[in-house]
Amino acid sequence: MDVPVLKQGPYLIATVQSALTDADLAQLRRTLVEQVGRYRSRGLIVDVTAVDVLDSFACRTLRDIAHMTGFRGAETVIVGIHADLAFAMVQLGLSLEGVTTALDLEEGLAYLDRKQRSVKALGSRPRQSAGPRNLLHPRG
Amino acid sequence: MEHIPIRADTDVLAARQKGRALGLQAGFSSIDITLLATAISELARNILLYAHEGEIELRLLNEGGRRGIMVIARDQGPGIVDIERALQDGFSTSGGLGLGLPGVKRLMDTFELKSTYGAGTVVTAVKWELR
Ligand SMILES: Nc1ncnc2c1ncn2[C@@H]1O[C@H](COP(=O)(O)OP(=O)(O)O)[C@@H](O)[C@H]1O
Ligand SMILES: [Mg+2]
Repeated sequence: MDVPVLKQGPYLIATVQSALTDADLAQLRRTLVEQVGRYRSRGLIVDVTAVDVLDSFACRTLRDIAHMTGFRGAETVIVGIHADLAFAMVQLGLSLEGVTTALDLEEGLAYLDRKQRSVKALGSRPRQSAGPRNLLHPRG
Repeated sequence: MEHIPIRADTDVLAARQKGRALGLQAGFSSIDITLLATAISELARNILLYAHEGEIELRLLNEGGRRGIMVIARDQGPGIVDIERALQDGFSTSGGLGLGLPGVKRLMDTFELKSTYGAGTVVTAVKWELR
């Protein structure tokens, strides 16, 4: 099952359209890490709205994707984790530590836009992800 | 009753889809169906990873009108040396997150693990409908 990846300005949007096998997940990770470099993307959104289950392996793969693309200068936002999934993930004991999440695609894009603006205001790309508000008003 | 052979990563998806269908049939809430499917996914994945093959059996239970689903994950793989440790959060012999077995225990209502070192592993877990 191929995951379509859309380039939208400085961002990539990967929409997972059905349940993924382990091989699919590994493939997705390779593809995204490679494409973030190729397109010099500043942000990556992985939309998991259509995913039925996020078990420990899938969750770890998402975390890896976020960390790996982070090393390549792009911030990842996972969007579309619906309530049932969130509930199951908590029971499993999973966390998405260090990974930004947003409710849906729109929120995810808005977050990345805010981030981009604050970076431009500073005139450089941050290595660490501080809150956009802090960057805009360093003293405030 | 369903027997799903687990030999490839696509079988993991098949097993959790069967679980989902059975959960619907039993009238489970969507949250409970997701908890059940997640548990099946972890157990099927363990079979594949540690025993390479095995099966997931799903049974519809009915106890005085209350419905439940029993998941039996069975393999003739290497077995588990230290069951107590395997059930601890974060313990993994494969560099995994070590949340599969303890997670399944939390996701389901009952949980039983039987394993003979060198002979295989059977995990039996039940999820009951909410009343
Ligand atoms: N079916 C099995 N056969 C043999 N060993 C298993 C099996 N399932 C689990 N184990 C052992 O128990 C450990 C913990 O399993 P689990 O909680 O699923 O975490 P993980 O799979 O991330 O390591 C595994 O690392 C493995 O050593
Ligand atoms: Mg496991």
